[in-house]
Amino acid sequence: MLRFILTRLSLVIPTFIGMTLLAFLMIRLVPGDPIETLAGERGIDPERHAALVKEYGLDKPVLAQYAIYIGRVLHGDLGKSMITQEPVVREFVALFPATIELALCAIAFALLLGIPAGMLAAVRRNSVFDHGVMGLSLTGYSMPIFWWGLLLILLFSVQLGWTPVSGRIAVKYFFEPVTGFHLVDAWLSGEPGAWKSAASHLILPTIVLGTNPLAIIARMTRSAMLEVLGEDYIRTARAKGLSNARVVALHAFRNALIPVVTVIGLQVSVLFTGAILTETIFSWPGVGKWMIEAISRRDYPVLQGGLLLLGGVVMVVNLLVDLAYGIINPRVLRAS
Amino acid sequence: MNVMNETASAAMTDANEAPPGPLREFWGSFSANAGAVAGLVIVIAVLLMAALAPQIAPHAPDLTNNAAFLQPPAWSRGGSWSYPLGTDAIGRDILSRLIHGGRLSLTIGIAVVALSIVVGIVLGMVAGFVRGVTEIAIMRLMDIILTLPSLLLAIVIVAILGPGLMNAMLAVSVVVLPHYVRITRAAVLSETAKDYVTAARLSGAGRLRLMFIEVLPNCAAPLIVQASLGVSTAILDAAALGFLGLGAQPPAAEWGTMLADAREFVLRAWWVVTFPGLMILVTVLAFNLLGDGLRDALDPKLKR
Repeated sequence: MLRFILTRLSLVIPTFIGMTLLAFLMIRLVPGDPIETLAGERGIDPERHAALVKEYGLDKPVLAQYAIYIGRVLHGDLGKSMITQEPVVREFVALFPATIELALCAIAFALLLGIPAGMLAAVRRNSVFDHGVMGLSLTGYSMPIFWWGLLLILLFSVQLGWTPVSGRIAVKYFFEPVTGFHLVDAWLSGEPGAWKSAASHLILPTIVLGTNPLAIIARMTRSAMLEVLGEDYIRTARAKGLSNARVVALHAFRNALIPVVTVIGLQVSVLFTGAILTETIFSWPGVGKWMIEAISRRDYPVLQGGLLLLGGVVMVVNLLVDLAYGIINPRVLRAS
Repeated sequence: MNVMNETASAAMTDANEAPPGPLREFWGSFSANAGAVAGLVIVIAVLLMAALAPQIAPHAPDLTNNAAFLQPPAWSRGGSWSYPLGTDAIGRDILSRLIHGGRLSLTIGIAVVALSIVVGIVLGMVAGFVRGVTEIAIMRLMDIILTLPSLLLAIVIVAILGPGLMNAMLAVSVVVLPHYVRITRAAVLSETAKDYVTAARLSGAGRLRLMFIEVLPNCAAPLIVQASLGVSTAILDAAALGFLGLGAQPPAAEWGTMLADAREFVLRAWWVVTFPGLMILVTVLAFNLLGDGLRDALDPKLKR
């Protein structure tokens, strides 16, 4: 096990170093003088320019500059936003719970619908239900979610008036953030109606963000189940006279879960990509919207830091999934 | 006796008929898949629509009409058949813009795939043949690109290069590159172990000949499948960049950019929002169906 963990870690470290290199080069690749880029359109007076060149170590060779950058990153210093002058890390930490809350709801939605749908489709192979699930999942996989979100707003918010159009909670509710998750905080605050408001704001973004993962998980569950259902030990289980439900739920499903878990792990990256679009459509105050706004404001430290932080989160989650995979499937452990 | 004769003659006819050629065998398998054929038909229809855009579009895509702002589609109240799908906020015909938008979206899809497949094949070949540090460096870089959320990386690249169609295409090409590199490298590694490569090497074939003439044609199947699926990803990603204001810039009639323009009218003009997205969905779905069909027909091993 230890050897397995060490092998995985040894793969992660070069990836992280590469990512810092990418983030470091990013600002260097923007045409023009980095300080003037950092200063933005207001410009900068020569004295301050010289001071900043020294501060950022821009008078040193590139390799030394990179060493300085790495040193800062390892101390958790990713620079300050040019607009708010707040440290990038602090802004990220303040906004990240909103993204996580949305992403968790979306993946829960995708799992709760996708796994049963995929299982049923596999068990009733070539039935109308199977074709329906496969057709819908290919549609969900091909869906431009930024359009899907607008359609849902059109139907549920404009036509039916069931759900709010944007934001995380109605403005009239205010409570101290404890966990950063509005669903939990609203419940803790005990304010009447607050939880309902938070939940109703979550419904559409959850569906929009969950659509792609739902499609992928349903397809993957179906194909994993089909593979497992053809195995000899399933025939043995049936021959022993076990009920169909028992065979499917206990014998087949547990083994089909192994590839599904890997796919769930891969969804983290899909979720962050989707979050950028979903948060933009629903004005959801998370890191995705934060980064899109940073582009229009040319706030490069935010982009640089956000890239590194989100990439780092994906990397860590992938590592954890890999390790979890080793635990549920000991064959992987032995192979390493 | 009679029965035996029949069996024998049946066997004779079987032997006399030439086995189906690879192309024919492929088509037999492909055409049995209804979804794949539907995908192919739609793809051809969209290609024709894009090619004939100036001939079939009722109006010029950028032509504004001050008398017809946000006019609803022909079948709703207030609509007219001169604008079958209605007009946008500055009186441009939506149908004509969608038809012309097909040109941009298909160009993006094909150009991105062409660029990433060429670079991907070269990098994958180099990684698979040269091995050592070069391979490690290439594959690590691909891992980094794969680790980062794809749209995030594309956004950052566009932020560096500046928004616009060309830069968006370049960004999407970088993001999808790892798939082609990985496929090529994996194919190269499995092919170079085979006897025909050893035979070619023994008969004095140079490295370039081995790479591109001996091995590459045998890696084609998975690459073709990935390319077909890649067109849909490219169209989708480029439309997402357009939607975020980072892709094709207005007044270009790109489907994602059209959606971005339409966003503020979502509350009062459903048609400006509905149709561009529908075009994206149908086109992407068609390429995915086509890709799935190609995969099943070309590579039975990959069939799920």
